[in-house]
Amino acid sequence: MIPELGSFSLILALCLCGMLGTLPLYGAHAGNQVWMNLARPLSAGIFVFLAISISILAYAFVTDDFSVQFVAQHSNSLLPMRYKFTAVWGGHEGSFLLWTFMLAGWMLAVAIYSKSMPLDFVARVLGVLGLLAFSYILFMLATSNPFDRIVPLPPSDGADLNSALQDIGFILHPPTLYMGYVGFSVVFAFAIAALLSGRMDAAWARWSRPWANVAWAILTIGIALGSWWAYYELGWGGWWAWDPVENPPLITWLFGTALIHSLATTEKRGVFKSWTVLLAILAFSGSLLGTFITRSGLLTSVHAFASDPDRGFFILGILGIAIGGSLLLFALRAPMMKSDSGFELVSREMFLLANNVILVVAAASVFLGTLFPMVYQAITGGLISIGPPYFNAIFVPLMMLLVVMLGIGPISRWKKTSVGFLVSQLSRVLVFSLVLGVALPLIVLFGFSLAATVTLILAAWIVLGIAADIRAKTANKESFGKGLRGLSYSYFGMQFAHFGIAVMLVGVSLTSYFSIERSVLLDAGDQVELGEYEFTLVSSERINGPNYVGDAVTINVSRDGEMMMTLVPERRLYIASGTPSTEMAIDAGFFRDLFITLGEQRDSGAWSMTVYVKPFVRWIWLGAIFMALGATLAATDKRYRRLRVRQKEKKQSNSITAQLGSTPQVET
Amino acid sequence: MKPHRRKRLGIIVFIAMGLSLAIGLTLFALRQNINMFYTPTQVAGGEVSSGVNFRIGGMVKEGSIAEAQDSLMVQFVTTDYVSDVPVRYEGILPDLFREGQGVVAEGQIDANGVFQASKVLAKHDENYMSAEVKAALDAAGASSENHALPVQPES
Repeated sequence: MIPELGSFSLILALCLCGMLGTLPLYGAHAGNQVWMNLARPLSAGIFVFLAISISILAYAFVTDDFSVQFVAQHSNSLLPMRYKFTAVWGGHEGSFLLWTFMLAGWMLAVAIYSKSMPLDFVARVLGVLGLLAFSYILFMLATSNPFDRIVPLPPSDGADLNSALQDIGFILHPPTLYMGYVGFSVVFAFAIAALLSGRMDAAWARWSRPWANVAWAILTIGIALGSWWAYYELGWGGWWAWDPVENPPLITWLFGTALIHSLATTEKRGVFKSWTVLLAILAFSGSLLGTFITRSGLLTSVHAFASDPDRGFFILGILGIAIGGSLLLFALRAPMMKSDSGFELVSREMFLLANNVILVVAAASVFLGTLFPMVYQAITGGLISIGPPYFNAIFVPLMMLLVVMLGIGPISRWKKTSVGFLVSQLSRVLVFSLVLGVALPLIVLFGFSLAATVTLILAAWIVLGIAADIRAKTANKESFGKGLRGLSYSYFGMQFAHFGIAVMLVGVSLTSYFSIERSVLLDAGDQVELGEYEFTLVSSERINGPNYVGDAVTINVSRDGEMMMTLVPERRLYIASGTPSTEMAIDAGFFRDLFITLGEQRDSGAWSMTVYVKPFVRWIWLGAIFMALGATLAATDKRYRRLRVRQKEKKQSNSITAQLGSTPQVET
Repeated sequence: MKPHRRKRLGIIVFIAMGLSLAIGLTLFALRQNINMFYTPTQVAGGEVSSGVNFRIGGMVKEGSIAEAQDSLMVQFVTTDYVSDVPVRYEGILPDLFREGQGVVAEGQIDANGVFQASKVLAKHDENYMSAEVKAALDAAGASSENHALPVQPES
């Protein structure tokens, strides 16, 4: 009975979405206050019913209700409680419910934090999101209802959650990624609302910016979590595989990165308006494409949900209507958009344009490499694959170019910058970067390495550029501290995020070039040397987990004969599904990771394994954290809050006259 | 030329340069890095010359896995139940690599008709068969009722 309530709740949410997708939009068109006012309560209602729905699914998992097909396929009575709970997003149906629930969460947030925007605009934004939610819920009910039952004979136990998913990474990565992904729907809805209302002014960009920044920050963390999880779970020592399912989030991220920069330009200078709107549509399309690729069964990958083609067609339909419709609207409205000001060839606008061109080209080439095999197969029937070398060949030079621009852009001025000014600001930065890049590898490695040198020059170019800019911006103030306080949150946010790029650059490059690995066969007592470390196999023993059995191998690691630590990689066999799985042993460090992945035991008793030393690998994710922090910081800039405070003051001055003596509250 | 025209021209030239650079790079990279996929029958029939990197996919033949006891060298036979191709690989095989299951290997065929794999991918899920392997079996006309795993709808 209870799972049927979940279905029922979904249907109610669908009805509310149908109302939200029509009434407020029409109200905004006709100027009907009452219908526009429906947008916020309807959004809250949708959130409540989807929350009930997803809670009921979680309840079915926790109580081992194997009569529900989705539970029977993705859980087992032996599964630890935390994974029962998170198995909600362990398969297509449940994860799509989570996706839709996330959208409802964003809608609720828009309903709450939109007091500073005009009502018709809020009604349009929520109306567009309502239409999206409507199509998602309809898709769920029509093709993939998570509450479907197995009748008449439910299995006595479930098939268990995929063993690769029984991990902390699985608890964190999908919800974060979805939240970031879906966040771009909000920015998309802002863009569509702007197109519908014809209000393409700086105010629109100002309203969208915090949302775009927050969505981008969450997406950054979501992708980084996925990378970190793949690194320690999949056991090949890599952190990015250019997997066709990893790529759509990256495409979305690249468009999103272009978008937040373009939005900044639109807000500050009133230029690139139609381009910004187009980027919002593209970023959103990237997120829909990701859904389509993972859920249509189009490709083989660690992420793909094997599924039937009906779903693919349905999502393709949503994709076509949403993207086609918004592009059509864009084509109709774009000629109306006029720039508020002009700019010279050397100006911050130009550097931001360069940033946008590079990022969009990068996104397009990733898109091409991802879809080409599918298109090729559809046309010729032949099967091909495009490997990492393709992506690296394009991505690496583009990103290097981007980093060069990144050093100059923030220092340049709006509208017009003289080349002499840039040279005077950056010549010392350039010299110091070159010196550092050449000298540091010589000192540390006692040798020349082109990869390390280029990496360090580029990273120093960013970091020293930031330092030079902060110094220049505080130079005319009484003290350094006072100067710092005078800078805005959004400025610090930008510099933080750019610093994150430098950190990530160091991590990505040094890990890629200086990682070493060795695959060996070790018996008890055997030793293998790798770099400056010696790995000695001490013993192996049988282990019994809650829902698995397996072997654990104890390995001592020493350096220069001095014992450093013990690492214990495992090999598990999950009982219910019969799936083998390897648990890596990792010693994480700021400058290097030691990483062991266990293979199989040979008849002789020896274990096959691969040992890795991966320098600076943590910096990749550390950089992502900096970027996300920076974007969040920028989203909390005073000028976005000031709008709200002003509104509140207005309201309070009204209410104070009404009820004398009440203490005014301070907005935080 | 008027200043705003010159600016617009500048932007257009700038974008065009970026685009042509991108297209050039992309085409160059694509040409270098496409791996074709072949079935064991195609490979055994000599459709691929040695020295070309490609992917082969099929099932791991039952009883064909031979592991060296003193190194990580593994040899097994991949089959579409019509033709067999021996595969040699040095390294650790994926968790889900097993006899009678689907496998995709990337590498080159040597002069003796042995596939020297640089990478071995196994299907990643119990109920799921790689589209490539399925295509290979279908192409070979192997009756899927007898040999191939059923492709179940849910992951």
